Amino acid sequence: MTETLIQVHNLAMDFPEQQLFNQLSFDVDRREFLSIIGENGVGKTTLIRILLNQLKPTGGDIKFRKGTKIGYVPQFRNIDQDYPLSIRDFVALNLQDGKAPWLTKSERMRLDEILEETDLVDIQNTRMGRASGGQKQKAYLAQALVDQPDLLILDESTASLDSVRKYELFNLVQHFNQQHDLTVISVTHDFDLMKQYSNRYLMLKKDHYALGDVDDINSEEDLLNV
Amino acid sequence: MFSFEFMQNAYIAGTFIAIICGIMGVYVVGRNMSFLSHMLSEIGFSGAAFGIFMGWQALTGMLLFTIVSSILIGKMSVQASRRESAISAVSSLFLGLGILFLSISNKNVSYATNILFGSVIGIGRDEVNQVLLLTIVSLVFILFMYRPLKFDSFDHIGASVKGIHTNFVSILFLVVLALSVSTAAQIVGSLLIFVLLTLPAAAAKIVARTVSGMMLFSIGAALIGVWLGLYLGYITNWPVSFFIASIECIIYFGSMLFRQEN
Ligand SMILES: Nc1ncnc2c1ncn2[C@@H]1O[C@H](COP(=O)(O)OP(=O)(O)OP(=O)(O)O)[C@@H](O)[C@H]1O
Ligand SMILES: [Mg+2]
Repeated sequence: MTETLIQVHNLAMDFPEQQLFNQLSFDVDRREFLSIIGENGVGKTTLIRILLNQLKPTGGDIKFRKGTKIGYVPQFRNIDQDYPLSIRDFVALNLQDGKAPWLTKSERMRLDEILEETDLVDIQNTRMGRASGGQKQKAYLAQALVDQPDLLILDESTASLDSVRKYELFNLVQHFNQQHDLTVISVTHDFDLMKQYSNRYLMLKKDHYALGDVDDINSEEDLLNV
Repeated sequence: MFSFEFMQNAYIAGTFIAIICGIMGVYVVGRNMSFLSHMLSEIGFSGAAFGIFMGWQALTGMLLFTIVSSILIGKMSVQASRRESAISAVSSLFLGLGILFLSISNKNVSYATNILFGSVIGIGRDEVNQVLLLTIVSLVFILFMYRPLKFDSFDHIGASVKGIHTNFVSILFLVVLALSVSTAAQIVGSLLIFVLLTLPAAAAKIVARTVSGMMLFSIGAALIGVWLGLYLGYITNWPVSFFIASIECIIYFGSMLFRQEN
């Protein structure tokens, strides 16, 4: 049985200079893997910021299943070369339920567990500033997941990764999607990645959008013509 | 040396100031605000001039100026990219005001300049108590806000995604910073505060890999500087601030070398 996690109804977003979308409606089921695709500037990140309640839409509404907790890996992050924290300490930043400066035993166990599952144990003491692009993305993923969200939102997390690292990262995401019932929304420009990992797509275009099963799409041309 | 009460006072006050600067400094460095802490100490000087002009205690004027300017800067620099210019604009205004009040007040200018260079030697019990109070207030704040402040200081984007009220955290932090800078500066001088707030934490950032590790290192570096600086000042009669600044520089450059070796 499928349960609906998010219901988006007639969503509209108008900025003074342009209208990004209007009458956008779609549902996301629990355990689903949805890819959002579309040209630069079409409003993908804006849609996500609306889902995250960081931005108010100019119309329509969004309903989440009660108690939905969201983990988010944003498109841009400012971690420079001199950034001091180790991967472990960086991931632990997102443990915010406790109030004490030190982590509780169960928090430490949770931290160990997520580092294990994201394959970061061996490099947990590496500084974030010195980690490779692929290691950084895994650390962002681990930080978003350490808090055990129901929904994970990725905004172009693979944009800077080579083809090996790209699949490595998405294999991890798929693991959480399939083994831990994590619902995933992934913004991407990568057709192969979308085809291989997601169940459904939401294609945003100027003035309209298309929604469908990934299995019905066989090439990028199909997608442009929907 | 400890048989003199003024040395006892200097050591006690210096120890607490080192601890508080060591801790606050880690956040200052994490938030890339060294520039601001420099400006705050000078704004404090302007505030003191204003306080003297008004016939208040210098500390009142300092608190007024530093807190108001912190809040202004916090409000203006919601976007990090705008922060540098917001800081420049606000500090220019307050520094200008300081010069104005100094020139029209005709009162003892040397008292205000004292605040720039200050001296930890020669402070009384009352001032020691002030420092103690300041330390407790700041520590309670840090303890209370530890996790959100840490998140926001070391991963602002992640923290705002989490729904932490980063603006609120940021302004509250700036107010506590203003409070520490002013109270400590009128006792030991704002030059010394700037040194203790930035260098130990900057060295810690090079050496340590966790926030708690950075705090321990930064407190340790600040304490070594203060204790050794006071001792050297006592036996040579040279200014303590000179020794502390030099020691902190040595620790900082030492950390850079250490980093290159590893
Ligand atoms: N707060 C805002 N105010 C005004 N315009 C905005 C705002 N946020 C975004 N926009 C505009 O909305 C459009 C869509 O931006 P958005 O970042 O959502 O695009 P995107 O689909 O994520 O693009 P990319 O693929 O490059 O990441 C852009 O033209 C942008 O300038
Ligand atoms: Mg985007």
